[in-house]
Amino acid sequence: MNRVKATFNFIAIMFVIFGCFAVGTQAQGLEPAPKLPAGMTGSNPNDPRTKLKSGVYDAGEAAMGIKHIGLLKKPAAFDIGTDPDSPMVEKALKALGIPPGTPIPAAVKMSFAPLAFANSDIAFQGNRLFMGNFYGFNIYDISSPTAAKLLTSVICPGGQGDLSVHKNLLFMSVEMPNGRLDCSADGFPAGSPNELPAASKDRFRGVRIFDISDISSPKQVAAVQSCRGSHTHTLVPDPKDPNNVYLYISGTSFVRQGEELAGCSDGNPDKNQNISRFSIDVIKVPLASPKDAKIISSPRIFSDDKGKVNSLNDGGSHSNVGKDGAIRIEDTDQCHDITVYSELGLAAGACSGNGILLDIKDPANPKRIDSVNDKNYAYWHSASFSNDGKKVVFTDEWGGGMGARCRENDPNVWGANAIFGLNDNKLKFGNYYKMPAAQGDSENCVAHNGSLVPVPGRDLKIQAWYQGGISLMDFTNPANPFEVAYFDRGAIDPNTLILAGSWSAYWYNGSIYSSEIARGLDIFELTPTKDLTQNEIDAAKTVQVGQLNVQTQERLVWSKKLVIAKAYLDQLERSQALTSSQIAKMRNEINKAETSKNTKKLKGLANSLEKTAKQRKSEIDIARLQGLASILKQPEMN
Amino acid sequence: MKLFIYFRMTVNLAMMFGVSVLSLYAQSPVIVQPGAPGQPTKILPANTTAKLPPLSPKDVEFMQGMIHHHAQAVEMTAMIELRTANKDVRKIGVKISQSQTDEINMMKRWLVIRGEKTEMAMPKMDGMKGMDHSNHMTMMMPGMLSDKQMEALRTTKGAEFDRLFLKGMIQHHEGALVMVKDLFSTAGAGQDAEIFNFASDVDTGQRGEIKIMQEMLNKKPKKEKR
Repeated sequence: MNRVKATFNFIAIMFVIFGCFAVGTQAQGLEPAPKLPAGMTGSNPNDPRTKLKSGVYDAGEAAMGIKHIGLLKKPAAFDIGTDPDSPMVEKALKALGIPPGTPIPAAVKMSFAPLAFANSDIAFQGNRLFMGNFYGFNIYDISSPTAAKLLTSVICPGGQGDLSVHKNLLFMSVEMPNGRLDCSADGFPAGSPNELPAASKDRFRGVRIFDISDISSPKQVAAVQSCRGSHTHTLVPDPKDPNNVYLYISGTSFVRQGEELAGCSDGNPDKNQNISRFSIDVIKVPLASPKDAKIISSPRIFSDDKGKVNSLNDGGSHSNVGKDGAIRIEDTDQCHDITVYSELGLAAGACSGNGILLDIKDPANPKRIDSVNDKNYAYWHSASFSNDGKKVVFTDEWGGGMGARCRENDPNVWGANAIFGLNDNKLKFGNYYKMPAAQGDSENCVAHNGSLVPVPGRDLKIQAWYQGGISLMDFTNPANPFEVAYFDRGAIDPNTLILAGSWSAYWYNGSIYSSEIARGLDIFELTPTKDLTQNEIDAAKTVQVGQLNVQTQERLVWSKKLVIAKAYLDQLERSQALTSSQIAKMRNEINKAETSKNTKKLKGLANSLEKTAKQRKSEIDIARLQGLASILKQPEMN
Repeated sequence: MKLFIYFRMTVNLAMMFGVSVLSLYAQSPVIVQPGAPGQPTKILPANTTAKLPPLSPKDVEFMQGMIHHHAQAVEMTAMIELRTANKDVRKIGVKISQSQTDEINMMKRWLVIRGEKTEMAMPKMDGMKGMDHSNHMTMMMPGMLSDKQMEALRTTKGAEFDRLFLKGMIQHHEGALVMVKDLFSTAGAGQDAEIFNFASDVDTGQRGEIKIMQEMLNKKPKKEKR
């Protein structure tokens, strides 16, 4: 009886909420993909990921080379959708003529407020995982990835909750007008439609700093206000100064009123030289006294040498017309995210209309040294360097992450990664990579956040594609990136696009963690595939770091353990850089040395490998041969 | 079952001896809320559920008004097909039509879910006889084209249509920017995550499109001189 009633109500609600706009082809509010532009290729509709069953916690799954080991559901404190007694749900039901207390399917509940409680970016320290949320953040114990558990939920709304962690400090981005200095979820009184001004001394938009010495009770020690708030931020260490760190703030939303924060102003950049756009903000944080953190500069990183602040506005372009016949949309007046590689003194900025390269040797005064545009790019969203700093992967968040952009008719070069070579501080385009499987109309999907997977001898990146799942990309050769592994779930709902999917997917000390926007924290392990061996996975697992903020890149370093040598050997076998008898011989000797602990013979092999390396042409193989030789010369025995 | 009894006993014993029950459950998650900078962090009850910020009447008015505003933009782009062969105008027209149709659907969903009407409540129009709905709305939404301007678009073709369309759409978009500014300048408005995200997108997206259309307009005279 109940079941029949629930089903009836489900249909009724779905019809009223989504079906009432069913007009012509826009059934249930879904936009069918426009025709594929001539000469372009769409996503692959014959992939096992394409037609998975939808559902919140019972969706169909497809995987290759990635094993799902756990999902920790989003805590109730972060989810209004699970609360049928919430005033909002009640109000909506009343408006729809449905009695309060009626069971509503989870997918429908999720459509009430998908963004206000969305999970976002992740940071790591020791055995702790910090997952941002538009409503605060959650701290998990991941000392055993298969038995990860929630330790602390911190309520402090303001979106989007981008996080970084450094020693005893945690930094959090806030951009929305409901953000309050006191972390209250009350926001500000609704007021009347014409009540002015909005300015309030209690509002907070900027970067919060928490002391996390007591993991069960993070304490807010500072809140640095900024004119456009902080959509993302990047922790920038200064290799020459251990006493301070810097934060680069990227603000992407409206400029607040001068009445609320002195010095903020909007307008036309040609008339207002002080406009609070066309810059990033730099916060200096004295580690001994974080309460004194403040903005020390707002560098005009888009200006030309004549001081014109808005000189860089080539714009992203594919749906648009300019000099070359392309319409341009995004004005470069903001960065969306910046990745720093302090050891190299470089940062890569994904700055709405352009990708840029910054010299950050003086972290307080970043300077632009190169910029690129791409005819297939709509919105430059994020960047990552390869470990050797010779490549940069940019992402294009076409549609802003809220739209279905991986459909059969969506071009495979739109909303994709663009891999650039980096030589002498110049970026040079290599190729695109887009998660290849076609996704449904109700799955938001586009390139999003990812991190390097430390397999020696290769450039691998695990990456979030929202409801397109997660995908492991090999970009060792920037002209020929390809997919190594993947995991995907069906949509939350087949007929309505409900915001969900992986926001960030990062490798940390042997496992992959993904912040699923609607569902919770997903944990995965890599398993061997034809393009990735167990030795390579084991070699990646040997790299252990104490802390990880993905946009703050630190060089990955491998030991001289024999498992690393085995990984190189597998790669040399795959690329046929050594003959099968050479490979067999080396494997045999390595195995023998492992048992006997006698490494004498390995040294002899190392010499012959160095000679072989000199005869090879492929830089990739040469590096692997040299890497292998250097281990065999002086292996680190367990 | 046995385990359960043992567990209960442990808890009871712990309580009897004044040991904090909390410490026994050291492994269960805690919900906290920090205070303002320098202020202490407080512990919230385990049954705490999430809460949305207040919805302002301005939010509802903004969404209802923007649906009406967007609808005129879609109406304008629908004229392109028969009135101009200019590739650039056609291209940007498709872009505007697609994104704004998409957004109208999103706004309607947003309103229905919140139990609100998708159209604006019509104010009393005493002493405004002879003024129909559309005229009244036109007056209310910044940047919207007057009936006269719309009529002019409907009766021109070619280069003159392109000029009027681009000028009109720039005016229309600038109105949208005013609406966004107005939203965020109103006390208590724009706190809802969806509305914040949408209004921010309108601001960046339409700013960019204005720039493109201005470049297209500036380019025109040069072309004609050639």
